[in-house]
Amino acid sequence: MLDTYNIGVLFKRELNSYFATPIAYVFIVIFLFLSGIFTFYLGNFFANGQADLRAFFTYHPWLYLFLIPALSMRLWAEERKTGTIELLLTLPISVIEAVLGKFLAAWVFTGIALLLTFPMWITVNYLGSPDNSVIFSGYLGSWLMAGGFLAIGSCVSAMTKNQVVAFVITAVVSLLFILSGLPMVLDFFSGWAPQLLVNAISSFSFLSHFNAITKGVIDLRDLVYFLSLIAFWLFAATLIIETKKAD
Amino acid sequence: MVEIENLKKRFGPFTAVQDVSFEVKKGEVLGFLGPNGAGKSTTMKMITGFLTPTAGRVNVAGFDIETEPQEVKRRIGYLPEGAPAYPDMTPLEFLDFIAQIRGYQGKEKQQRIDKTIEQINLQSVLNQSIETLSKGFKRRVGLAQAILHDPEVLIMDEPTDGLDPNQKHEVRSLIQSMAAEKVIILSTHILEEVDAVCSRAIIIANGRVVADGTPENLEARAPLHNAVTLTLNAEQSQAASIRQQLLSLKDVKKLEKLEESDNNLRYRLVPERRCSIISEVSKLSHAQNWSVAELHVAKGRLDDVFRQITT
Ligand SMILES: Nc1ncnc2c1ncn2[C@@H]1O[C@H](COP(=O)(O)OP(=O)(O)O)[C@@H](O)[C@H]1O
Ligand SMILES: [Mg+2]
Repeated sequence: MLDTYNIGVLFKRELNSYFATPIAYVFIVIFLFLSGIFTFYLGNFFANGQADLRAFFTYHPWLYLFLIPALSMRLWAEERKTGTIELLLTLPISVIEAVLGKFLAAWVFTGIALLLTFPMWITVNYLGSPDNSVIFSGYLGSWLMAGGFLAIGSCVSAMTKNQVVAFVITAVVSLLFILSGLPMVLDFFSGWAPQLLVNAISSFSFLSHFNAITKGVIDLRDLVYFLSLIAFWLFAATLIIETKKAD
Repeated sequence: MVEIENLKKRFGPFTAVQDVSFEVKKGEVLGFLGPNGAGKSTTMKMITGFLTPTAGRVNVAGFDIETEPQEVKRRIGYLPEGAPAYPDMTPLEFLDFIAQIRGYQGKEKQQRIDKTIEQINLQSVLNQSIETLSKGFKRRVGLAQAILHDPEVLIMDEPTDGLDPNQKHEVRSLIQSMAAEKVIILSTHILEEVDAVCSRAIIIANGRVVADGTPENLEARAPLHNAVTLTLNAEQSQAASIRQQLLSLKDVKKLEKLEESDNNLRYRLVPERRCSIISEVSKLSHAQNWSVAELHVAKGRLDDVFRQITT
């Protein structure tokens, strides 16, 4: 049912389109700039006196909260606005192939932005001798989390032709997925709610899984969490596009 | 080749397409006529698989759009209304993308693209981004995209809308050159276009087919089809008797006075059931030795038929 050739063709077109417009450059510059600021100022990178990238990764959820919706808002909303959705969906491809091709291009694009932070990695290796496997899992965790945000954004973008609306809703939904893992939220529940519920809320959070991975332990459960979250939101996006193509 | 059965589309409480059925064969160029909002685009969107019908069937080359949408889409080239295309791509990149998605690779892909570019005359804008193109060129890019895979069925929603007369002529010539080996369905509200390119016309109003036939066929339904205009050089005093004689001819239903002055009597004769009366009129004039300055048969105009049917 899934034709990887079709997905590949769409993926290439989409990825190229990032670099055909200023979007790619603006996104990458802002991403690098902000991760630098967060790491060195807010994260007290130097004062930490430790050679690792924990300060760098800690702020990624908050960075993604604003940057990913800006990237994902156009995924489908723009196709609706320019009318190209009619062209795309009357080509011999299925909706799910289109959803996957677009998502993967955006995901790989965030991967590229992430890889461009390699000077950080060089810096810590120059300054000390960090555990590079922990850094590797940090990057992996960050990229998986970006995928989660993007999948939410794909789905929201499929619902509207208004990119501002898509941005705001994506950011709000993403925020819920971050907040549900914050200690203050969990403390609020743990005072009275059964432990099972607290665990459930926490297990839905990006933060819990992301933090687990960045500690250097790549647990299958965390991988499954992010991948099934992505699958769920993309499936929802497919259904939404199938049912409301025209408006 | 293309079979549409009782197609229906509802948007919420509003029914855009009530009940549309027709069949088109290879070699036919079908013109979809109808006022704005009649349901032409909606019908096309259902045939091309963009919209799912509320009820009814679409079958293209033996494949049902609901059960085998990919097979149908492979066989159709579609130019949606307004010819949408990715604005940040160049025509060359865009056609390359379409060719790949249509399954062409390598040398064959290049040949397809080159041939299409030549057919549509896109050479001069190949590397300019689509958003900077003029309306005419944008439309051409849309057409190029639709015919690149030499589809069995070509569906175009208002292909000449907004083009200048030369561009319109080009598009029509292109359509004519492809007509023989394809099924072509196009929508338009320019009636001369139907005469120029269509072998058949379907008029849609309020989501229903209200007329279906060859353009000649439809024109024959015009109120003044086969009406005869006759101008005689005769004295005004004879007018009454002349009118009398004309009216007594077989199948002449009505006589309209267009002018009655000395040496110039002008009448329009409207026939019963739009049948031909010209030979009767001509014979009578001959027999009576009238001096005929003008004798002219009106052909029905699609305009009139269109207005009569859709209002
Ligand atoms: N997505 C939609 N939602 C609601 N109404 C629609 C939608 N698309 C078309 N319509 C309505 O359906 C009717 C037919 O539209 P359309 O098929 O575009 O007409 P035409 O192409 O003949 O001008 C119009 O009244 C239009 O407003
Ligand atoms: Mg229309």
